[in-house]
Amino acid sequence: MNPRLHIAWLADGKRLHVQDGPIDLVIQVFASPDATARALQAAVLRMSTVLGELCAELSLLRRAAPQSLRGPVARRMNMAVLPFCAARFITPMAAVAGAVADEVLAAMLAAAGLERAYVNNGGDIALHLAPGTSFTAGMVTRLEQPRLDAQLRIDSDSPTRGIATSGWSGRSFSLGIADAVTVTAATAAAADAAATMIANMVDLPGHPAISRAPATSIDPQSDLGDRLVTTAVGPLTMSEKQEALATGAALAENYLAAGLITGAALCVQNQSRIVNHHQREHALARHP
Amino acid sequence: MTDIDPSIRCDACPVMCYIKPGRTGACDRYANADGVLTRTDPHVFLGDTITAIGAGTTYPDYKPAPFIVSAQVEGVDMITVVTEGIFSYCGAKIKIDTDRHLGLERAAVRAGGEVVGHVTTAEYGSQMLSLGGVHHLTGSGKKSGRVTCETLLTLCNGGAVELSIENGATLIAQAGAAPIIDGVPEQKMRVGCGSATIGMFAQQWRGLVDEVVVVDDHITGVLSEHQAGKLLDIQETGIRIQGRRSTPGRYFEVAAPGTGWGGTDITEPRQILGPFDKDHARPGLTMLMVSTTGEHAGYFVLDKDLRPQPRAMPAPLADAVALIKDNCEPALCSVLFMAGAGGSLRSGVTQNPVRLTNAVAAAIVRVTCGGAPVYIWPGGGITFMVDVTKLPKNAFGYVPTPALVAPIEFTMPRTDYERLGGHMADVRPLAAVRGA
Repeated sequence: MNPRLHIAWLADGKRLHVQDGPIDLVIQVFASPDATARALQAAVLRMSTVLGELCAELSLLRRAAPQSLRGPVARRMNMAVLPFCAARFITPMAAVAGAVADEVLAAMLAAAGLERAYVNNGGDIALHLAPGTSFTAGMVTRLEQPRLDAQLRIDSDSPTRGIATSGWSGRSFSLGIADAVTVTAATAAAADAAATMIANMVDLPGHPAISRAPATSIDPQSDLGDRLVTTAVGPLTMSEKQEALATGAALAENYLAAGLITGAALCVQNQSRIVNHHQREHALARHP
Repeated sequence: MTDIDPSIRCDACPVMCYIKPGRTGACDRYANADGVLTRTDPHVFLGDTITAIGAGTTYPDYKPAPFIVSAQVEGVDMITVVTEGIFSYCGAKIKIDTDRHLGLERAAVRAGGEVVGHVTTAEYGSQMLSLGGVHHLTGSGKKSGRVTCETLLTLCNGGAVELSIENGATLIAQAGAAPIIDGVPEQKMRVGCGSATIGMFAQQWRGLVDEVVVVDDHITGVLSEHQAGKLLDIQETGIRIQGRRSTPGRYFEVAAPGTGWGGTDITEPRQILGPFDKDHARPGLTMLMVSTTGEHAGYFVLDKDLRPQPRAMPAPLADAVALIKDNCEPALCSVLFMAGAGGSLRSGVTQNPVRLTNAVAAAIVRVTCGGAPVYIWPGGGITFMVDVTKLPKNAFGYVPTPALVAPIEFTMPRTDYERLGGHMADVRPLAAVRGA
């Protein structure tokens, strides 16, 4: 067993926290006690080697996609970023969090039949829904002021099985100024990659209120190399926020039309834009 | 270019982040605080046991230990008393897997020019150092104490330190890594002394070579004279070894200690040989000379004047040398942290310190260090040793006293804790410390 693996129930005794290095999963299963135990054991077993597998190919994963990769998670990452790599620079790392969530959920489903389950990898979430069930997820639009701003209901008959959020103040770098871009897609990896791309596009190039620095000046090993990443965003006018959201929303519309995503919510300094064509599925409402 | 990259490399997980000063790694759990890899999360949980890393403490410990945690384990209400102990009486025992001569017994060991310890003895295939201890930490001047504290902290937290031994070697030591002696990383531990090597491999050499000399600083072995050779009917070769003969085929002091062949100072193995005896030697006689790790080897054939001349080693004999090498374990440097839990630390745990000592001695209370098992020395007090590689990284800290801060946990059934005079009012359920 991997000695680094941290495994503990959260205080409610229902959600299992499994962590290895930068991978931080919160897993919850809704099923019989027996199936739950088998699924969680499978999740832990799978997690015991995931980080090692990824690190074995880390240098390739940090290069522009597509890459020829061996590990199952690495291949999920590569597959998720493939649709985006022809048009813009993207590395498989853009989908790492979502791909790990998908992989662990797949291992759980292979071990037991489950009614519902989710694997939440630091906000990038893989979902399982048996027919007739649904999940409601809370949304945080400003990562540096976390509060529940909206909620999102996903039914089993929708194609959505992944949710991911990207923003400039999150754990990963962004080339854009979105506080949060939350994307739903068929897998968590696909949502992760698309959220990264859309968040990069929410931008006001050359705006004096935006501070940027080469990614490697902050993290010497960043997959973004010397590309300028956002380090601070000063107050913006309403029209500037709308302008930035519009360029991101245009890209999201393209992805939606191409079937790469099922929806997106973009937020810049309390202004938001929603992109989706399934109004029934995404009853995205402002929280009271 | 005098620019030094102030980034540090985190080795807590295989991502191996380079972390810039003031930044955290990919996990947000480790940061570069003024060049020191530092944990940023307050507690480390190992399974259902909380560890003391990050618990914080007070000095002297007149208050209850910062966390006294209660967790339900297999139906038994377990108590873990968690504290970070401040140890003025502490040090590190270092085992360096090498036969190379590092320095004489009692030779001073220096770091950054300050004496931080000394050479103690040799164990099988290893040299032993004692670093730190109360006399170095608080008894020999301010600078010496500070450097000793830094050296211990680095070693215990898994870092590498450069040590120079008086009239001996300079080495780089790091727990779990190969020692680097005078700039050369040690590869292998010897499989045994020269005599033992003869005993182990004599069968393999039979028919391939007439004579084998295993060069070793401790006991050099000679196949034709050795008991193992006699049993295999190896003929006398007329070889003469310049050394002090112990028993047949076993020689002490063939050369001075050093970093050459088999822990001796020689680089030309023939210098340990005297002239061959004309009555038994013959031109064409073949001889293998090899070190105890197989790292050095030479093949020789006697010329018409009975002088050994180097020749290319036949392949089957090279295989036999490789077999010696394959049987040697990788050379490592291992570090045991050793410390004594004093009265004040114990009173942080219970109101009757001596009862805790007695309970530890009676094995009612389990002592762990950062969740790692410890060896408790018999006798009075709670003096323990722990393998620093078994603790999570950067589990050790320091105070300017100077003294090391190390996690220590005492685990016992709740009823026993009550009986020991435990601070029952301060017991908190595990969930409350862990938070949501």
